[in-house]
Amino acid sequence: MTWILAKLFGRLPIGWMQLSHNRSRLFAALAGVAFANVLVFVQLGILGALNGTITAPYALFRADILMSSSDANTLTDGSNIARVRGFEALGVAGVRDATPLWIGNIEWLQQNGSTSTLQTFGLDPERPEIFQPPLDETVGRLQLEGTVLIDTATRGVSSGDLAGIEQGSAYRFEANGRTLSAIGTLSMGGGFSADGTLIASDQTFLRLFPNRSAAAPNHILITVEDGIDPHVVVERLRMALPETVKIDTLLGAAEADQQYQTTERPTGIIFGFGVLIGVLVGLVIVYQILSTDVADHLSEYATFKAMGYGQPFFLGIVFEEAIILAFLGFVPGVVISALIYNGLSAATGLPVEMELSRAFSVFLGTLLACAISGAIATRRLAGADPADLF
Amino acid sequence: MGNVSPIAVQGLNHWFGSAEARKQAIWDVNLEVARGSLTILMGPSGSGKTTLLTLMGCLREVQDGSVRLLGEELNGANEAQSVALRRRLGFIFQAHNLHESLTATENVLMGLEVHGRGNRNRQRAAAHHALELFGLGDRLDYLPANLSGGQKQRVAVARALAGNPEVVFADEPTAALDKDSGRIVVETLKALGKERGTTTIMVTHDNRILELSDRIVTLEDGRIVKDQQVSHQP
Ligand SMILES: Nc1ncnc2c1ncn2[C@@H]1O[C@H](COP(=O)(O)OP(=O)(O)OP(=O)(O)O)[C@@H](O)[C@H]1O
Ligand SMILES: [Mg+2]
Repeated sequence: MTWILAKLFGRLPIGWMQLSHNRSRLFAALAGVAFANVLVFVQLGILGALNGTITAPYALFRADILMSSSDANTLTDGSNIARVRGFEALGVAGVRDATPLWIGNIEWLQQNGSTSTLQTFGLDPERPEIFQPPLDETVGRLQLEGTVLIDTATRGVSSGDLAGIEQGSAYRFEANGRTLSAIGTLSMGGGFSADGTLIASDQTFLRLFPNRSAAAPNHILITVEDGIDPHVVVERLRMALPETVKIDTLLGAAEADQQYQTTERPTGIIFGFGVLIGVLVGLVIVYQILSTDVADHLSEYATFKAMGYGQPFFLGIVFEEAIILAFLGFVPGVVISALIYNGLSAATGLPVEMELSRAFSVFLGTLLACAISGAIATRRLAGADPADLF
Repeated sequence: MGNVSPIAVQGLNHWFGSAEARKQAIWDVNLEVARGSLTILMGPSGSGKTTLLTLMGCLREVQDGSVRLLGEELNGANEAQSVALRRRLGFIFQAHNLHESLTATENVLMGLEVHGRGNRNRQRAAAHHALELFGLGDRLDYLPANLSGGQKQRVAVARALAGNPEVVFADEPTAALDKDSGRIVVETLKALGKERGTTTIMVTHDNRILELSDRIVTLEDGRIVKDQQVSHQP
């Protein structure tokens, strides 16, 4: 290692030699960096899961545009939208189709006695093409009232219960005082507000939720004609429809929802704050490690300074240490975090996953934190007379 | 620069501390040192020897008066000038100040690499040669922790001299050395003075060394109180 680094730098790798000279100190430092990494990873993982569960329902649909009431920030809050807005939209050039979407939560009392909340989507089964594959195939089978598609990844579901559905034997259960028959499945998994997903026809949905009206769905999904830019149609719709209607592309709406929930809703703010705290604690740990190291070697540095080494040399040593610590600390940090992610997603059913881009940015962040801390730590060397440092 | 003195001090004053705690440690010191000579600084503890040495050696900022080192004024010199000057000097301190994670050879190499990344093998050979000169040929790859106090001090001397310094500043270099090693160090410095014109300023209490020097300057309470040339029989 020393030899490789010596070749690399064209000088003695003082930073590495200094770090590796004191093994127990090195391991403590690496544990510190790894801990800081884990802290940030866990917070980012939870925030990432929140983001994932926010956008996942949007990804069920193949629609181009989402119309909602202007006070709706997410799929489930705000007022309902008048169904007639859909008919009005059909009159706008470029609009191919407009389909109302109802959303509500039901409680599913499972055979094992546990209850799961299912976010239920109600749509016209005559328009299965509004769904992404493979749902576009199965949704067509929901014409018969009381039939639904159920989420096999629902949190707390006992694995055996839904196993027969794909073999053709429907799963019957009670919800909101009605008997439902699950004749097909999807796999979504739970989020922060529901444990799973249920898809039903608009008729079935309105029976399940008697206080909801056929004239007032939550949203209207719009598809545009082939070859037309949805953004253009969005502009036209905004011109044609009143201000009380919020119109955006489906992707834009998903992004806005994510933005809203992570920056304006308590859950999102708390996890975002957690990331911030993680980063700060990480910075403090790394700074502490490097500044102690500089302080401990002050008289050696003073000697080097007396020999005619300048500030860039000391920065070089500390950067070298910073890079080594960032790298060697990151490896166990990312491994431990991945294990924690597995545990978290097994325990919560949330999609907590190690993404490459996240791992990469945490590594870059660690490197940056180490480098900045190192630069600050060497500042006390900069102005000092060597004679005062011995 | 042959006939210009490597060190010329004029009207030098120095204070430590600020406000009420301010205390003058050097009082109007004037001193000129000839090239290739070995000058010894003497005086009781606290008389300002180390302070004067570090002021002349560009290790401490000059507050008042003038220090010309190798033709350059130190009063008001910037960091870049100081760094460049220090590379032409050799320091031997009371404490060896070796880098604990570097071997003897590597410590000496640090004194060579400061001049640039020359041929590594040649630098290594030069480091070995310097160590052998001080009887450390069998300790080349030892870490400081595995060397005795005297051996460490000899490594520090080798480090200071390996880079061919023009002026050597030494602060009680022989304190940690036995009689023979101390004499070898001083004789080496003297020989360097003759052969290469290396100038040496050395603080010492060691009477055994006095007879080897060219000049003895005595400080008391920050003032030069005695300045005597040592005459050598041919
Ligand atoms: N960094 C400092 N801050 C404050 N006062 C100092 C400092 N260094 C030295 N002094 C003071 O300056 C005076 C001269 O100190 P200096 O170290 O130069 O003496 P010295 O002759 O080298 O003594 P010794 O023989 O004990 O090494 C002393 O009174 C000392 O207390
Ligand atoms: Mg002293």
